Amino acid sequence: MTQAPPQPPPTRTRTRVLGEPLNRVDGHVKTTGAARFSAEYHYPDIAHAAIVHATISRGRITAIDASAALDVPGVHAVITHENAPRMQPPPKPSILNLATLASPTSVNYLNTDEVHWNGQPIAVAVAETLDAAREAASRVRVTYDAQPATADFEREQPNAIPQKNSPIMPASGSKGDAVAALAAAEVSVDLRFTTPMQNHNALEPHATTAAWDGDTLTVHDSTQAIDWTRQHLAHKFGIKAGDIRVVSTFVGGAFGGKGSVWPGTILAVLAARVTGRPVRLMLTREGVYRTVGGRTPSAQRVALGADRDGQLTALIHSGVTQVSRVGGGPEQVVSQSRHLYDAENILVEQSQVPLDALPNTSMRAPGEAIGSYAIEAAMDELAYRLDLDPIELRMRNEPDRDPLTGKLFARRGLRDAYALGAKQFRWQDRTPAPGSMRDGRWLVGMGVATAYHPSWQFGANLTVRIDADGTVLVRCAFHEMGMGGATAYAQVAAHALGVPFDAVRVEYGDTDLPIGPAAGGSAQTASVTSSILEAAAKLKRDLRKLAQRAGVSPTEPPTTILTRAGRDHLTATVGSDTRLGQITGQVRFMTKFLRDRRRYMKAACGAHFCEVKVDQDTGEIRVTRWLGVFDIGTVVNAKTAASQLRGGIVMGIGAALGEETLVDRDTGRIVNANLSEYHVPVHADIPRIDIECLGDPDPTMPLGVLGAGEVGIVGVAAAVANAVHHATGRRVYDLPITLDKVL
Amino acid sequence: MNGAIQVTEVRMRVNGTTRPVELEPRVSLLDALREHLGLTGTKKGCDQDACGACTVLVDGERVLSCLGLAVQYEDREITTIEGVDDPLQAAFVRHDGLQCGYCTSGQICSALGMLAEHRAGMPSAVTEDVSTHPTLTTDEIRERMSGNLCRCGAYNGIVAAIEETAR
Repeated sequence: MTQAPPQPPPTRTRTRVLGEPLNRVDGHVKTTGAARFSAEYHYPDIAHAAIVHATISRGRITAIDASAALDVPGVHAVITHENAPRMQPPPKPSILNLATLASPTSVNYLNTDEVHWNGQPIAVAVAETLDAAREAASRVRVTYDAQPATADFEREQPNAIPQKNSPIMPASGSKGDAVAALAAAEVSVDLRFTTPMQNHNALEPHATTAAWDGDTLTVHDSTQAIDWTRQHLAHKFGIKAGDIRVVSTFVGGAFGGKGSVWPGTILAVLAARVTGRPVRLMLTREGVYRTVGGRTPSAQRVALGADRDGQLTALIHSGVTQVSRVGGGPEQVVSQSRHLYDAENILVEQSQVPLDALPNTSMRAPGEAIGSYAIEAAMDELAYRLDLDPIELRMRNEPDRDPLTGKLFARRGLRDAYALGAKQFRWQDRTPAPGSMRDGRWLVGMGVATAYHPSWQFGANLTVRIDADGTVLVRCAFHEMGMGGATAYAQVAAHALGVPFDAVRVEYGDTDLPIGPAAGGSAQTASVTSSILEAAAKLKRDLRKLAQRAGVSPTEPPTTILTRAGRDHLTATVGSDTRLGQITGQVRFMTKFLRDRRRYMKAACGAHFCEVKVDQDTGEIRVTRWLGVFDIGTVVNAKTAASQLRGGIVMGIGAALGEETLVDRDTGRIVNANLSEYHVPVHADIPRIDIECLGDPDPTMPLGVLGAGEVGIVGVAAAVANAVHHATGRRVYDLPITLDKVL
Repeated sequence: MNGAIQVTEVRMRVNGTTRPVELEPRVSLLDALREHLGLTGTKKGCDQDACGACTVLVDGERVLSCLGLAVQYEDREITTIEGVDDPLQAAFVRHDGLQCGYCTSGQICSALGMLAEHRAGMPSAVTEDVSTHPTLTTDEIRERMSGNLCRCGAYNGIVAAIEETAR
């Protein structure tokens, strides 16, 4: 611990609600088929749209022949760059207006004859039925002037360019002279790792239902950012944001893949504009791969130097990732290596390769998910060279302060996490020598790795209303992609106001509500919680005043005060959705964010314990036991938080053992754009996963809450790789760890 | 618009109600349920037999509705999630066998079909002795449910819900 233990949050409710493993409030609608997703809103006269994708990697469209498509019975329109109405190109991204970050590319779809990647949308067919639209799309004939494309990530690595630093995500950093220290180290490792492109594969393909009424627009869209979607569509179609309503009550998984406005959304709105009909466009599974970016591949180097006692003297972590020439962002693969170990000399740096490719995007713990594989597998290797237990090596290098900046950690429960985990996982039963543990024909291995993910907090506008009958209504346009927000925030409101959980109702996922934060960076719970606490405090102040005026004791319950004061309800508002209010909110947020960052490192962390069994003859790898011990600060709902963390681990096991987007080296075309050949984990791949949370609040975060959505995946692939090494003696440097690599 | 779409009338018996539906012969059972009958509880995840989200019950057996044509199922007894009323649903909620909820309908229908298969004595790839009635172990459930993907990773909760209900 780096500071005095924080005070426990005051408990005002008679029955405890904060932290309880309550069932999710939308469990019933999700298990009866009643929960409606974006493709499930019915409009009379609805038409269906299907996308035509480019089959070249770079060049121009010289001719596009839609005549055969238009012959298909039931077709309303085939929209191409030759007949599409003009739209505004995407705005230049600016940190001063975060909504400008909504577009992941600079491409003005269907307003250009240029092709920038293999699979770019170049036309959309609209028809009476889905089958007619699909048939029409397949009949569009396109002629191209194809240009040579740069599409091979591996071949282009020598041409990588250094990544620019940003105030929010520094790309590089150093302390001392890590290169010299490495050369002088008594014990060292210098290892190269690669990770492939991966895709989110949320079970719900991106879907949009768009309906115009004159110049007003209603859009049901599977998105993690309804307000950004609204603002981007307003910009594209030249209408006021206030004339657009975006509804996204249920999102069928996202994981970062629905955090931007991808082309399907724009084309659905365009198709509805052109045909005058409400239009539904659900991407095909292949269409998701072609038009929605995945996680960048990476090539990484981790070099560690230590003295014979295992004290790190040098830590070098560098990473190369890809971006598109028309978008995509840097992936901070070295992020956690800035914060994990107390090395005297540190050097972290990143560079990137621009390709003619679909822009990459955030996927669950962008950066850390794959960067942790390299640094944590390298630590394991160093432990072997030192003949030291891998947990002991980590503990000997556990820093008191942030190694690069000297800042305080707001919380850091890693020592406790490893201690608890080692006991519960029976780590002492592990014999250190690789290949030394067996279960019949199976080689048994145990591995550990550290999880670390920075915690963020964004502004959240909302209202909380308390009625004279005692019910409470929280209204905030946040997002529900499976995290259980409506349940958790009802718990927070019940806790803050001292009312029963069942008295609280939560409305979300609609731009008609006060604007909430985009769902990203594991920030939603802390962000919304902060505003609920602020609103609850306001309500209590106002209730006291009301009680005074009505001559009632302020200790009476709110229902009594409201009734005696002749009021049927009282509302507290946090933030303002006006243009000025939003700018003020953003400035306020950035100021607080930067001030906090100057003082503290805020992050969730944890320790993964993995057991694998590897078939001695076939190399088949089975994950047989898992324990994750996490420090995510205060747990709001023990059941849904554990599910989030477990979900991260499951996706991490996928990355470790099966997931790989295969890209043709010459054309950049994804060749396994489906769920048969992209192997996400199935039931049979996943053992029982035990989750423990330390539970102590983070004193710098609202209610002590840190993010839980992403930390779970960080370190998972390394824990598997380390366990496989322990079982077999094979260190695999290239994800996924398929059986051919251990034979 | 270029001519009318050729449709055929199909008698569809879904959740105990028979309704005539006019649709193109090429329409999948999944699209017929979602787009023509308004039964959107059945989900489309891949539309190519790889994810299980579209699983429904036909005469009590689990079927991937994206893979067959609606016209093949005329007069068959189709049960979608909207027609399911089973303790398994509450067990899913108790064990948090869901997050986003998109695979859930398919998981539940698939589990009901799977439990019926097991009751009928059908073995699976992990059954040790196929000559005896297999015990429904955790591994058996995992193997038999592996056609239903859950990207949120709620597998532990799903298996726990099925185990509790099967008991």
